[in-house]
Amino acid sequence: MDERLAMLKGIQELEFVAIDLNLFLDTHPQDQAAHRDFHAVRNQLLEAISRYEEIYGPLTVTGCTPPHHQWLWIQGPWPWEIEYE
Amino acid sequence: MWMYEKKLEYPVRVSRNDIGMAKFLMAQYGGPDSELSAGVRYLTQRYTMPTDKAKGLLTDIGTEELAHWEIIATMIYKLVKGVPAQQLREAGLGAHFAQHDRAVYPADAAGVPWTAAYIQATGDPIADLHEDLAAEQKARTAYEHLIQLTDDPGIKDTLRFLREREVVHFQRFGEALNDIQALMTSKTLY
Repeated sequence: MDERLAMLKGIQELEFVAIDLNLFLDTHPQDQAAHRDFHAVRNQLLEAISRYEEIYGPLTVTGCTPPHHQWLWIQGPWPWEIEYE
Repeated sequence: MWMYEKKLEYPVRVSRNDIGMAKFLMAQYGGPDSELSAGVRYLTQRYTMPTDKAKGLLTDIGTEELAHWEIIATMIYKLVKGVPAQQLREAGLGAHFAQHDRAVYPADAAGVPWTAAYIQATGDPIADLHEDLAAEQKARTAYEHLIQLTDDPGIKDTLRFLREREVVHFQRFGEALNDIQALMTSKTLY
């Protein structure tokens, strides 16, 4: 698997954990273990996203980092065009 | 507001073109129990929810449904990519091609366009959350049917992920409903 796809899959895995904990916390807002897990995965996710964005360009428009001379946001492949392995 | 994240929630792997399967998947793209119905339903109902828990939950699940809608669209897009018109016709997508080419238009597996009549928002949180629980079960069973209709391991894998999410959403909606019922009971004076 190429490096870009491997990093993207890593982000998908971490973000999935965050999404699932997000829903759990919506109905269990006092659950301390879930709070700890959410914050741990959040930190790993943010690190993984910024590593990916430095190399391959933004995942969200606010991930557009300093003075590139090109607008990397519109650079493909778009999510529906990626060939997963 | 929403901001787009340039990634799918879960990967979509398609081994080969399968026009028939693309047609069946339209059920979850633009049908009554589709991801589109789910997203619009929850994001519409949230405004009149009585608790912050329910407002948050409907916002977050509604948002996840839009990500699932994108996953289904991606499967359909890949399954018919590059397929000649004649083959689309032979596999039952001739009418779709006439009106939409290979565009991923929100209609159901029989070509019926999506309509807001598929969803309800009553302003009554008990009624709305019961509809949401039913919607999750209908989508769960639709995924079980779709899994039986393909032998593509990539498609099966993604459909299993989506099926599992319906089960989780059902659980969370049940918790939100119990919470609101307890609140209403505590406020009722006899």
